[in-house]
This record gives sequence, structure tokens and C-alpha cells, in this order.
Amino acid sequence: MRWLLVIILLIPSLAEAKEARPLADNPQVEARLKHLAVELRCLVCQNQTLADSNAPLAEDLRREIREMIAKDMSDHDIIDFLVQRYGDFVLYRPPWKATTTLLWLGPFLLLIAGATALVLVLRRRQKKLADVTLSEAEHNRVAQLLSEGANRP
Amino acid sequence: MNRFLLPLAIFVVVVGFLAVGLTLNPRELPSPLVGKPAPYFSLPQLYDQEKTFSPNEMKGKVWLLNFWASWCEACKEEHPVFIHLAQSGEVPIYAIDYKDRREDALKWLKQWGNPWTVIAVDESGRVGIDFGVYGVPETYVIDKAGVIRYKQIGPLREDILQGKILPLVRELQKQ
Repeated sequence: MRWLLVIILLIPSLAEAKEARPLADNPQVEARLKHLAVELRCLVCQNQTLADSNAPLAEDLRREIREMIAKDMSDHDIIDFLVQRYGDFVLYRPPWKATTTLLWLGPFLLLIAGATALVLVLRRRQKKLADVTLSEAEHNRVAQLLSEGANRP
Repeated sequence: MNRFLLPLAIFVVVVGFLAVGLTLNPRELPSPLVGKPAPYFSLPQLYDQEKTFSPNEMKGKVWLLNFWASWCEACKEEHPVFIHLAQSGEVPIYAIDYKDRREDALKWLKQWGNPWTVIAVDESGRVGIDFGVYGVPETYVIDKAGVIRYKQIGPLREDILQGKILPLVRELQKQ
């Protein structure tokens, strides 16, 4: 009876979890595909990488990339293949071009503008503070008030 | 008053950028293939499976190539526009049945009508990849030399046809 129980308990272990997608046989190809696919955008669900997306087009493109890897094409050639067809939009890292200058430099320009504004504001404030001059009598009064405060328990 | 002027100006500029951004469709990407020769392919035809279709047969003609599928909902939306265009006979329209099942495609055509001269079958979607297709329907205007001159992403509407595609086709036909 106990053995029967053990056998029954073993049954679920036979039904092992299946991978969502069968990976290709060659782990090296898969590693290169993954390395490439995280840098590439899925055109259908535009905020996912080719590695993450389950869209049919992403699957097709992964298949295509796998074949190119199997043909021993370089990463550069594979990325070129996709850019020729889909444009720079497939790249998560846009290339440095005349049209993307603002994209790349924009954050630094904003930083410089912010820093300049900060320096200007601080300088102006400092000037305002420096402008206040005390007469002799006022100076004495300040000293008196401060000493009174210090004597207070 | 003056101290509010600069933040207000910045605010107006930002709102301006966002307003323009709202009118753009993020799904419409500029195709790098416009101005380049249409990729070569040779695909079996849907009706006559023995025969193939290749863009080389269309040299010397201005034509439209429409990527379509029976599973594609937006394709139904543009279908009347194609039917109408086919009746006018102004420009030959060809189609590629993209990643579809033959029997579904035939059933769909029986129900909705067939405006295309020839339908080629791209079952694997490989030709679609060469054309940079990322969502059917897509329509390409190809000139006499076989160069892609325009790409329509998403359903073809009557106003786009009349306003952009047909004027372009007429101009290309004169060349």
C-alpha cells in the first residue's frame, strides 16, 4: 500500500514543465542570438526587444538571425541586414548621425543649461547678500544682541 | 511678472512638442526601402500553384504591391478601396498573401472579392522580411524600373489613394 502511494506521488514528476519555445540545438548559436536580440527592437510591439517578444514577426526574425549565425555572418552584417529592411528603428542604440545629434547631445545640453542657470542664480543671490552694509551703530547692536543671547540660560 | 515669463515660454515649447508628438503615428516608420529597387522574389501563385510570380515580370509598368492576409482585420477595412481601384483599372494591383493558410485565403476571397491581378503566396513571411513588412496591410508603389517609390503602412484609405498614391502613379507613368 505504501509503495502504491510512492508510485502515485512520483507520477507528477513525469509531467515535467515544457519550455515555452524549443530552443535550437546549438547553445552557441542561441547565445549569439540572445546577445544580438537584446539590442534589437521588435517592430510589432515596439517597446520590446526581439529577445522578449512573442509576436510572429519577432519569431520569424529570430529564425532569420539564427540562420545567419549558422552561416557564420558577423554581428555587423546581421545588424546591417535588419537596418536595410526596417531602418535604424530596429536598433535600441541609435547610431550617431546628423539626424540623431540632438538625441545624443540633448541631455548634455540640458545639463549645461541647468548648470549655467544654477551658477547665475547663485551669483545673483550672493551679490544681494554682499550689498547689505551695516553702520557702526547697527554693528554694535548686533554684537549686543548676540552677547545677550549667549548669556541667556 | 518677468520671472514667470521664462518658465511660461519653456512650458509653451514643451506643450508644442507634445502636441506635435500626439499627431504622429508611432507605428508608421519611414521605410529605408523607399527609393531602392524592390527586393527580388519568386513565389508561387495562390490560384494557380504551378505558376510563380516575380517582380521582374512587371518591368516597364507602374504597379502596386499589397501585402495582405485573411487573418488580418485591417485588410477588410481597405478592401473596398482596392475593389474600387481595380474597377477603375488605373493601375495594376498585385498582392502577396502573407503568412496565411491557402484555404483561409481562398475562402476570404470568395466572400469579399478579389481585386488583384495576381496573388503570390509568402507562407514563411521571408519575402515580407525582405520588404521590411512589420504589419499587414502594407502597400508599395513600384515604378517602371522596379524601384519602390512609396510605402503605405496600414490600411489604404480613399483619401490617401486620391491624395498621394494616384497622383504619384500618374506622374510615374509619364516617365
